[in-house]
Amino acid sequence: MSLVLKDLFDGFRDPATLQALAHQIEQAAARLSKPLRIMEVCGGHTHTIMRYALPQRLPKNIEFIHGPGCPVCIMPKERIDQAIALAQPANHILVTLGDMLRVPGSTQSLAKARSQGADVRAVYSPLEALSLAQQHPDKQVIFFAIGFETTTPMTAALLAQTEALGVRNLFFHINHVLVPPAVSALLAEQPCHIDALIAPSHVSVITGAKIYQPLLARYGLPMVVSGFEPVDVMQSILQLVEQTLAGEARLAVQYSRAVDWEGNLKAQALIARFFEPRAMFRWRGLGDIALSALQLKAPWQTYDAEIQFASLLSNQPIDDHKLCICGDILRGRAKPQDCKVFAKGCDPERPLGSCMVSSEGACHAYYRYAKVTQIEVEVR
Amino acid sequence: MNRIQLSQGGGGLESQALISQLFYRYFNNPILAQAEDAALMTLSGSLAFTTDSYTVSPLFFNGGDIGKLAVVGTLNDLAMRSARPGCLSAGFIIEEGLPYADLERIVGSMAQALQQANAQLVCGDTKVVPKGAVDKVFINTSGVGQVQCQPAPGMNQIQAGDALLISGDIGRHGAVIMAAREGLDLTTELQTDCALLWPQVDALIQAGIHLHALRDATRGGVAAVLNEWAQATGLGLWIEEAYLPISEPVQGLCELLGFEAYDLANEGRMLIALPKSQVEQALSILQQLTDSQQAAYIGEVRAAQPSRVVMQTAWGTQRILDWPKGELLPRIC
Repeated sequence: MSLVLKDLFDGFRDPATLQALAHQIEQAAARLSKPLRIMEVCGGHTHTIMRYALPQRLPKNIEFIHGPGCPVCIMPKERIDQAIALAQPANHILVTLGDMLRVPGSTQSLAKARSQGADVRAVYSPLEALSLAQQHPDKQVIFFAIGFETTTPMTAALLAQTEALGVRNLFFHINHVLVPPAVSALLAEQPCHIDALIAPSHVSVITGAKIYQPLLARYGLPMVVSGFEPVDVMQSILQLVEQTLAGEARLAVQYSRAVDWEGNLKAQALIARFFEPRAMFRWRGLGDIALSALQLKAPWQTYDAEIQFASLLSNQPIDDHKLCICGDILRGRAKPQDCKVFAKGCDPERPLGSCMVSSEGACHAYYRYAKVTQIEVEVR
Repeated sequence: MNRIQLSQGGGGLESQALISQLFYRYFNNPILAQAEDAALMTLSGSLAFTTDSYTVSPLFFNGGDIGKLAVVGTLNDLAMRSARPGCLSAGFIIEEGLPYADLERIVGSMAQALQQANAQLVCGDTKVVPKGAVDKVFINTSGVGQVQCQPAPGMNQIQAGDALLISGDIGRHGAVIMAAREGLDLTTELQTDCALLWPQVDALIQAGIHLHALRDATRGGVAAVLNEWAQATGLGLWIEEAYLPISEPVQGLCELLGFEAYDLANEGRMLIALPKSQVEQALSILQQLTDSQQAAYIGEVRAAQPSRVVMQTAWGTQRILDWPKGELLPRIC
């Protein structure tokens, strides 16, 4: 049997299945004693929820809190400024994923820096950075690496190849962040508005479902590792409602078609070879969280752009815009439309805060698919 | 290999040779053959006039090339105002070193498209610029054509109650260019939709269909056209997501690269606003023509949700279909 692209999503967007799930959720949720506030950690889930307008088919006592799981959105301004600084010298090429280009730093974005002459390249695959370094031996190529546990193995593989091929002009600015410490920081805050968690499945394809076990042990709330299609998300919601009704707190895997307990051990070993936890990383909207990101281990410092180009880089923290309430949105204390500047001073063209930056950010998804949710109001 | 040299754009003997041996050979017609500074034409009635520049990369792609695009794109713009293909101009800006065979292949495609459209290229210009000043070749074409409907189709005629049709499956041109750029070879059966729209428009006019508005969904795709119409008319455009024809390879590529088919460019697909009472007739006409067999009803114009495009999902929820944003894909046409 051959696998075609269609198999990846066919069936997981089926209207009849979605209707059936919506009906089941409605019946189950009617028995909830209080509203169930579900945090979907990952921006991919936020996107699915808004793209398919799932809240319109869910009872009112199911609420979403849109979590910090968009690697572009949580990038603090000082890290963007560092990327821009690294792109300035005439013999530098800065390579990153396309989504990073529009993210505003303290004064400008990489796209703007590029329009003013900096050599910034957007790639789909990190491996393109290696071919760029090989094509331009006279240049210093810097890969601005972003992403959660999902994309870290790609950066590790790039580093392994860079080393194996003896390429000496490719450097790494590491911004890989970790899901569990960020979620833990949110759950530890009091008061906490989060009753249940939808955990990202693509992270767990790499790490296994086991990475959420400590969160379960510490905070005791229902969790489901969920796929990203609408049927996946609806099924996960049903599982969370059922757990809540049964008074249980379990770690369930809805996305069993690719996630197991241990994950991809080969990828984990590759990550462990090159990376170690960073003492502190500042999350845009959330602030400093200990051990929530990765950095290159000591033996690989010759590839570490933060060390090799330290003289170009400032580590001075830069505050978020004072009107921006992204921190409250990520904590479930506010919705995007509660923000004074939402869709006024802040929109996807000129984002002030982290959640408006990438298509996976909560504010961006609300702006793009619901425009202040007026549609939702009309339909109900 | 024979390559284009700077001297061939210098206005001297070499330029003359290029013009007579290549351009006159392929674009032969009495107006062009006068070889004067300006073409003389006798035109009457209401005319449509448009211009477009073509910078697509790569130059050659599955189902077409920059030459075909440069003719079809401009004639399609004319057709959207109900103008029959008429006369075209072409300006070439060529990078020194372009293989002559590539230029000949491009000019050959242009001639073929012109012949198919029954249009003439009546004037032109050639510049050759030093290596690096442009990427291979850029082409500008302008066109005039005689308007067949009074009033000509336009956004100002869209009204609440109108139906919206699409003339075929969407996003193929954008997907082909994307696959070519990314070196993805999983879509060999996927071809650009680049095609003349005039035969479809003409058939609809002949049948007495009241074409309120027509727009070819090029850069920015269907999403951009719908948003432009919604904003210009102040009306709500209500689209049924499940009715939008999207081929499997296009959907697959979108899944792989994180795009939406509505945002992808088309070069032979138009949106049509027309009275609801004529939907069945218009669809049966379009579905008989080669390039519009998959024409479909996709939604309607309402007063509700002014200036917005509302996408209705197959399971009864609604969301906004917004403008495409950012650097989706530069140099697609």
